[in-house]
Amino acid sequence: MIEQLAFSWNYIIVVILMMMGLFIVIARTNLIKKLIGLTIFQTSVFMFYISLGKIAGGTAPILTVDPNTLYSNPLPHVLILTAIVVGVATTALGLALILRINEAFGSIEEDEILAAKVSQAMARPQRPISGGAE
Amino acid sequence: MSGADMGTVDLGAVLINNLPALLVVVPLLLAPIAALVPVSSLAWVLALAGTGASFIAALLLQSITENGIRLTYFLGNWEPPWGIEFVVDSASSLTLVVMTALAFLATLAARRCVDVEIATKDGGKFYAAWLLACGGLYGLVLTADAFNLFVFLEISALASTILIGMGAGTDRRALVAGYNYLLIGAVGATFYVIGVGFIYAMTGTLNMADLASRLPEIGTGTVLYVGFGFMVAGILVKAAIFPVHIWLPAAYSYAPSPASTLLAAIATKAALYVLARIAFTIFGGMPDVVELALANILVPLAVAGIFVGTVMAIYESDIKKLLAHSSVAQIGYIALGLALATPAGIAAGFIHIGNHALIKGGLFMAVGGFVVALGSRASLDNLTGIGRRMPITATAFLICGLSLAGLPLTAGFISKLYLVRAILETESYVILSLVLISSALSVVYLWKIMEVMWMQPAPVRSAKLIENPTIYVPLWIIAIGNIWFGIDAGWLVSAAKMAALALVGAGV
Repeated sequence: MIEQLAFSWNYIIVVILMMMGLFIVIARTNLIKKLIGLTIFQTSVFMFYISLGKIAGGTAPILTVDPNTLYSNPLPHVLILTAIVVGVATTALGLALILRINEAFGSIEEDEILAAKVSQAMARPQRPISGGAE
Repeated sequence: MSGADMGTVDLGAVLINNLPALLVVVPLLLAPIAALVPVSSLAWVLALAGTGASFIAALLLQSITENGIRLTYFLGNWEPPWGIEFVVDSASSLTLVVMTALAFLATLAARRCVDVEIATKDGGKFYAAWLLACGGLYGLVLTADAFNLFVFLEISALASTILIGMGAGTDRRALVAGYNYLLIGAVGATFYVIGVGFIYAMTGTLNMADLASRLPEIGTGTVLYVGFGFMVAGILVKAAIFPVHIWLPAAYSYAPSPASTLLAAIATKAALYVLARIAFTIFGGMPDVVELALANILVPLAVAGIFVGTVMAIYESDIKKLLAHSSVAQIGYIALGLALATPAGIAAGFIHIGNHALIKGGLFMAVGGFVVALGSRASLDNLTGIGRRMPITATAFLICGLSLAGLPLTAGFISKLYLVRAILETESYVILSLVLISSALSVVYLWKIMEVMWMQPAPVRSAKLIENPTIYVPLWIIAIGNIWFGIDAGWLVSAAKMAALALVGAGV
């Protein structure tokens, strides 16, 4: 029982984090909180991969003299290194966009931004049809 | 890469041998240079060179693979399963020719629009994101490694986000559209990675060909179903299939016109191609699972998408948003063809991948021309009588619009013809009638635009507007393409049939 729990412990945490992250992305209206949710969601997937690569009793995959050494699978780690880089880029771009949204709308709350959009659409001045830019 | 150290080696042979890599690497390498170039027009030349080189590479690859030859390329000479493999077969080379051709034409037309819609200092960065988006999308089609696919997915998504966000110069809502695209796209890509994790855990490989041979050995198992489900769900987000298409209308309509042209023409096409790859190559050895999922989930979603997109387009008055909603519907037609999972259905899907790229690329490019001339967003109000004020651009718009409606002698008719034939083959008459009804409905929103543009008189005292040859020349190439492929569809149809054969040939 305990062994079973210890074996699947990582995966239980992964699922909990995954659900938390996804819920935050969907349910929150604050743009930064949404991004935090996305990061939690992605991190849970990183943990999932790392757990996949772990072999019970395995050591770090560095070649040793002893031919009977049991190594953990290094490939998932490498994949996740790539995924972390992608995740950082996504977060950075997301934060940059939030900065610009805050400058343009004066808010980072989704409902306020939507409201601003509507009022803007209402107040949109009718451009004169003749006389374009050129 | 191979043979780079051999001084006497023939340069031409090296180029030919490394075509698959060059197709992706050239745009990606030109991107940072374009970002550093201070002059916008110089960056445009770089973008033109990058997309042009890819187009030539795609044409060469297509000529090599059109007879069903499967070309493999090992990046850095690392053989799979250790290294990443690029595969060019009839399916990927057709998709690549369509994508690179439209990307090149979109680049040709982009310059004037960028000058008007993007701040001068941002021109270089815009073209850098443009090249990155192109390179990422080409890589998506070429790669035969399930995880490498995720990396290309994210390269193209991040670059597309930047392209969309740059619309903020004319409309601040572009920022929100870009943010939503980034967020929803990242969740989709992460779903895909979860799915890859599951099937990697079961098979121990990421190479698509290896996966295809090992998955049937494992047979049936909940883990595989879950993995398949996660992968497909992730790609559905990227392909903008109902109900996860919600990012698309805002993204396409608030993006700068050239970015709308590029994304509408090639971005979702790459995702749809990946969907076909997952269903028919990776899980090709398990047709029961795939067909069950496609017939019970993707077919209803595709039909729902067709209707939602069409109805939304009917009630929309902003032209770009209208075209974006119509894209959702057209993506539904492509997905429907692929989801039929018969050779005829998949061929119909590929035919429409090509034709829809021509149609929507042309329509968005024409809207770009209107925006440049009018100096404002193109809505139904300010396009009144535009047919007389900008006859060259508006006529090309008309041709592409008729093609979208599926008028005989246009490319859109060929798409509908082969799709209807494929549905008839499966004898699902409910779907057939729904497709025909939605086709008729699409005439409603097209008529709405055409009536405003051609039937209503131009407002009094309105002068003729200046039409820019840098926009209408590539636009007319696309418009003539729409007629050409409507009259002589032989090349496209046979290429699409070869593509279907390459995907399901072994299984059927």
